[in-house]
Amino acid sequence: MRHIRLIAAVSLTAVTGVSAGQTGPSQVGPSPDLPTPKTGLLPEMVIAKPAEWGDKAPTVPDGYTITAIATGLKIPRQTLVLPNGDILVAEGKGGNAPRLKPKDVIAGMIKAKGTSPVKGGNRLTLLRDAEGDGTYEASTFAENLNAPYGLALVGDDLYVANQDAVVRFDYQPGQTKAGGPPETVAPLPSEVNHHWTKAMTASADGQYLYVGIGSNSNITERGMAVEADRARIWRINARTGESRAYATGLRNPTALTIQPDTGQLWAVVNERDELGPDLVPDYLTAVQEGAFYGWPYSYWGQNIDDRVRPQDPKKVAAAIKPDYSLGAHVAALGVDFSTETMGGAFANGVFVGEHGSWNRSDPVGYKVVFVPFRDGRPSGPPVDFVGGFRDSDGTTRGRPVGVTVDPKGALIVADDLSNTIWRITPTRPAQTKQPVAAAQDAVAVQPAPAR
Amino acid sequence: MTSIREPRYGLCVHPVQAIFLAGMLPLFIGAAVADAAYAKSFDIQWNNFASWLLVGGLLFGGIALVFAIIDLFRASQRTRRTLPYVLALLAAWIAGIFNALIHARDAWASMPAGLVLSIIVVVLSCAAIWLGFRTPHIRGAV
Repeated sequence: MRHIRLIAAVSLTAVTGVSAGQTGPSQVGPSPDLPTPKTGLLPEMVIAKPAEWGDKAPTVPDGYTITAIATGLKIPRQTLVLPNGDILVAEGKGGNAPRLKPKDVIAGMIKAKGTSPVKGGNRLTLLRDAEGDGTYEASTFAENLNAPYGLALVGDDLYVANQDAVVRFDYQPGQTKAGGPPETVAPLPSEVNHHWTKAMTASADGQYLYVGIGSNSNITERGMAVEADRARIWRINARTGESRAYATGLRNPTALTIQPDTGQLWAVVNERDELGPDLVPDYLTAVQEGAFYGWPYSYWGQNIDDRVRPQDPKKVAAAIKPDYSLGAHVAALGVDFSTETMGGAFANGVFVGEHGSWNRSDPVGYKVVFVPFRDGRPSGPPVDFVGGFRDSDGTTRGRPVGVTVDPKGALIVADDLSNTIWRITPTRPAQTKQPVAAAQDAVAVQPAPAR
Repeated sequence: MTSIREPRYGLCVHPVQAIFLAGMLPLFIGAAVADAAYAKSFDIQWNNFASWLLVGGLLFGGIALVFAIIDLFRASQRTRRTLPYVLALLAAWIAGIFNALIHARDAWASMPAGLVLSIIVVVLSCAAIWLGFRTPHIRGAV
């Protein structure tokens, strides 16, 4: 495997900068502007034009360094930092949705141009920094998995969310290869798998696994029958495999994480397309147990989606609003809480990996943003943390997916276009200044709901 | 003895053109019926059927249109009524393309415009086929 070290000498996005003006500030935060839905004759499509990184690297704020710690992977999606500092990478590409309409054939061919042609690895790769110098060696931890995505470690149990089941490996600290094939903990809904990624995180006490199960369509165009047990988050008893719906109406919950201190489950969710460039916002939310978040009947509370038949006014009335809009079409696919070791401005909040849009003439996403928190809630607009994945002419060198905070003080970003794992570290010791303070006042934040 | 060779009007379009011209009609009718079934049942499979039937109708109609346009530009084949036929067929085909784009929308977003357009396409197709078969076509020397 090729090891390259890239130092981003120039930072295009100052730490103090609010997200570049692709999405207006009114599109992010707790109460985004929701324009009237627009359905044109053709959906607006701008597809990434893949290119090699060459000697370029993603841009990071001043005071941070970015390094490619693994390249040549096979569609890396999510990562897990193990207690000894090793990093597990889930690689794969799932889904077996049939092409039902002429549109599926044509749109599929167009969208495929913006992704990596590499075949998914269906494996876990382990990255180890044996010398502690920031250089990682890669080895295969497990193979023959089925589009693995979500990863969680509870004690000696390593859980992997394949596209069709949660499986468990025995794991001992320092282990570099699985001892044998995994055992199945719980089957997951996998028919069609239009949205196949099974995001996963473990509850703070390790008793439960939360698994995100995306919808089987954009907006029910594959029929209602295939949506049974979809668009929801399951809570699975890790010991017995018993599962039940924890929250529903979440179109595609692509990444889950537990808030340190509170143990609260948070998710990033990808919302529906083809209602115009500024609908519907993808969001970050604390997931309330038993809540219904609208899909497919409505979005952002009671905004009815007229494309759904039959409609369900009772479900619309029951829908709750998510906490925080990340902007429409950004395609948030990763989320993790930061730690003090990431440095002052980025110590309190969450990192969100944004894979980037296709359904927007002015593309958005293609970056990792930081949402600052105060008192356990989002407290300001997103700040760019890693950028430079896409040039304004459409040349795209990478697309971020999973983001994981290494408690030692690093952000691990999986890039499934260039098949790279990036590691961003503070170059100097943690700063104490609060450069995003001014921006924090720009977006009013609702008080925390009672839990 | 000398034989006189002169052009003669035939009442029918070329059989290959006839197959594609008439063949588009059941496909477009099928699409309209499937749209109606979807509107009544909300069963998405009817919407899928309508989308593919439309593509079939457009393919058949498109081939007939190519024949018709070639006729239009070959002076020896053109008659007074060729142009109205070509225009009617073109109108049916363009309405069909529009309809296919409407049908590319997800779920109920294709309705009710999809059903209305499907009916318009059937009516325009009937007009085009009527004109196509009524228009005398020069069959060449006999």
